[in-house]
Amino acid sequence: MGDLITISSNFLYVAFILYLIATLFFGGSIRGKKQQEKVTMSSKIAIVLTIAGFLAQLGYFITRWIASGHAPVSNLFEFTTFFGMMIVFAFIILYFIYKLNILGVFTLPVALLIIAYASMFPREISPLVPSLKSHWLYIHVTTVSLGEAILAVSFAAGLIYLIKVVDQTKKSKKTTLLEIILYSLFATLGFVIITSVFSAVNYNATFEFPFEGEISEVDYHLPPIAGPNDGELLTTERMDSLFEAPGWMQGVNAARKFNTLIWSLLTGYGLYMIARLILRKRVAAAIQPLLKNTNADLVDEVSYRAVAFGFPIFTLGGLVFAMIWAQEAWNRYWGWDPKEVWALITWFFYAAFLHLRLSQGWHGEKSAWLAVIGFAIIMFNLIAVNLIIAGLHSYA
Amino acid sequence: MKKITCEACQHLNPEGTVLCESCGKPLEEDQYIDGNNKTKLLNMRYEGSSRRSQTYNKSIVDQIWNFFSSVKVGVTLIVITLIASAAGTIFPQRMYIPPTASPATYYEDTYGILGQIYYQLGFHELYSSWWYMILIALIGISIIIASIDRVVPLYRALKHQKPVRHKSFISRQRLHSKTEDVSKEDKELLIKGLKKQRYKVTEDNGHVLAEKGRFSRWGPYVNHCGLIIFLLGALLRFVPFMYIDDFVWVREGETKVIPETHSKYYIENKEFIMETYGDSEEDARFEQALADKGPVAKNFQTNAVIYENSETTIGAEPKLEKVLEDSIRVNHPLKLEGISLYQTSYQLNEFKSMSFIIHETDDQEEEELASFTVDLADPAREYNLDNGFRVTIDQYFADYYLDNGIPRSQSDHPKNPAFVFSVYPPNSDDPEVSFAGIGRNVDATGQNEYKVGLQNFEIRDVTGLTVRRDYTLPILIIGGIIFMIGVVQGMYWQHRRVWIHPTENGVWLAGHTNKNYFGLKKDIEKAIDGTTIQMVVDQAEENKKE
Repeated sequence: MGDLITISSNFLYVAFILYLIATLFFGGSIRGKKQQEKVTMSSKIAIVLTIAGFLAQLGYFITRWIASGHAPVSNLFEFTTFFGMMIVFAFIILYFIYKLNILGVFTLPVALLIIAYASMFPREISPLVPSLKSHWLYIHVTTVSLGEAILAVSFAAGLIYLIKVVDQTKKSKKTTLLEIILYSLFATLGFVIITSVFSAVNYNATFEFPFEGEISEVDYHLPPIAGPNDGELLTTERMDSLFEAPGWMQGVNAARKFNTLIWSLLTGYGLYMIARLILRKRVAAAIQPLLKNTNADLVDEVSYRAVAFGFPIFTLGGLVFAMIWAQEAWNRYWGWDPKEVWALITWFFYAAFLHLRLSQGWHGEKSAWLAVIGFAIIMFNLIAVNLIIAGLHSYA
Repeated sequence: MKKITCEACQHLNPEGTVLCESCGKPLEEDQYIDGNNKTKLLNMRYEGSSRRSQTYNKSIVDQIWNFFSSVKVGVTLIVITLIASAAGTIFPQRMYIPPTASPATYYEDTYGILGQIYYQLGFHELYSSWWYMILIALIGISIIIASIDRVVPLYRALKHQKPVRHKSFISRQRLHSKTEDVSKEDKELLIKGLKKQRYKVTEDNGHVLAEKGRFSRWGPYVNHCGLIIFLLGALLRFVPFMYIDDFVWVREGETKVIPETHSKYYIENKEFIMETYGDSEEDARFEQALADKGPVAKNFQTNAVIYENSETTIGAEPKLEKVLEDSIRVNHPLKLEGISLYQTSYQLNEFKSMSFIIHETDDQEEEELASFTVDLADPAREYNLDNGFRVTIDQYFADYYLDNGIPRSQSDHPKNPAFVFSVYPPNSDDPEVSFAGIGRNVDATGQNEYKVGLQNFEIRDVTGLTVRRDYTLPILIIGGIIFMIGVVQGMYWQHRRVWIHPTENGVWLAGHTNKNYFGLKKDIEKAIDGTTIQMVVDQAEENKKE
């Protein structure tokens, strides 16, 4: 079995590299003066590489399935990686409908970031607890992530639209918001980089702290900026925490997660500032000229179409299948678990999006802002609810 | 009801009509409703039909109706509910805090002042609060009223469509063209071309209406119907007959009546099985994960036998007949006449019985003078033993612990049984009191002549099964299916129409669709291929360019 797992990880690695190169080729294809929907040599190579990458990731998925004996969607690493794969899949489909090269330049990096983010979590194959042992695991998880992936493409299209149309000649609320969105991408990258660096040097600092009436231990793999509440450093020759995490944070690992968040935000800020220094203007303002030939109406249409497909698929996977399974496993179809509530919030949000677009004429910029907010809600449910708000769905 | 006469065709339209129901000509009086004016393209929303919400605004009923029929109000309600729902996830809901904790103190102790505010606002039970229920109800009302306000006039308008349309209706459609000279053959070719693309064609005196995908117009109302059915289904849960939620503990080897079946069904727990990963060879692949995380449960299973009781007299001994034998596992409930049994809980190694002996306190050999066995599920009050001994159980603690020096029981499960015995020596009415349990044997006075010692015990597992009946499920399923059908119906098809309006020698062409004009243009392009008829111009795009 060990060999199969190695093969599987290699497949994932290959997929990652292919997506990365494909992004560069998509980047190359928008540099000409021609209309951006045009198929060029560069864009042909790019889509072939993307498909090759997708097949490689499919190879990862299948081999890992064989190795573990269950569909690899059962922990945070597996699910998030699968989500990345579904984003690429959704992109490939939409690419063949609209031939929009610029979409590749934005969607593939999002998928890359998500896969890289996933790889920072424990990657060993883990057994299924009884409540997860059901065919509904595959049905529910795959449909939810496909739906959310299509909505992620809607976000990418919305972001393109905003970078293109928001006036960058002067600073405004909109430019600030746009920079915050881009900064959050930098922060994700920051998380990946800082986690990899300290894991490469095997950094470890152990704390002892009181938790629910007992003394617990927690291992920090990043230098402690925020230590556990009332914690005491056990490892020698490591820096002690600068301050303590607030006591109301939930869960035994809350302080460590909080510390990781601080590191990610700081590293992301560093990266963002370097980018600003090099570009000498706002990041969105630097990207804007590249979108000169982009057809804003078409991008708007793609963003809406993605919601039109993503919303029903999400409803099916995230609410309908979820309820059926919850009825089988937990004997209630709905229990107001935080993950369930956030799925409902996502559903409410996109329902409002569609009403505003179809009935109130919210096209273009308004609709693009909504697509961005919707994706923020999805990512909140994917990351924050798992890591911060503990519940039945928490993986890590 | 006031009627409006169309100047062009004399048709009597209901008050509030924007475009004449018969010929489509804009009616002078009601133009303000959709902001039409003489030169602009027609606003085709809801076919220019008379909507109650746009027509009456006098009485309180009108105003309530108008309020709820507004999409803006609907969206606002959705957004408010969305924010309220999010607020409920800041701290755990009441059902997710430890069951023994008191909410009044738990939130404050765990989350400080914010937790206390959260508790006092009632956010710990937000989703069953009156105001959250009202929000959901308001959304329901909004869905119903907004749908009726639109679907009724829309249905009327589409049902009574006529091919003959007023010129101003034709020329003010978004897609429009005029061709001076068109041969009869070319006109036929155009109609054939449309039919080939599965347009339904109706003709009246040379005027043609070609239409397809009308059913997609009902999509939104179908999905709203589905939602309403779903909400009603969820509401029905509060009807006692529809919904049963009970729980039963069954010990291994025990046969118990299944609650809520009126003693019709009994369940026997043959065996409870709990497995963890790491036992079988297959689990070697999880070695690393198990080393990191510790033991992981693999299976919880009750091997159960279900019996039917044919004795209907209350109080009589049940006559049990085996109905089925099956396993109940997590994710695999046992289903029985609308009732489902779920594996939800368990107790491992509960004490089944304990055997004690009585010996003389000073006897180092602990020679048995008498012995007795206590059945922990049903302890007897008194035991008459050999050699004239007699023992009574004064107190029984199933799950013994000391609460500030006072012995108490934590639960009803015999997990740590302890007893206060009164031992009556032969021919004596003067008992000696002893306290005995697992690893405990206390002589209350220190002067007891006889000692009660634990000799043996038997253990068994207990399974905890949830008994659930939910007749609302089929309603929810139907609601869900209707909703999905409606969404697909409205989202992926479009209602496309082409009007052919004959002039002296030529034709005027007009096209309308509720979305995707690109697709309609392609259809028309195909249909006029090979004729002299002019391709339609997208007047909205033209206006944009100007």
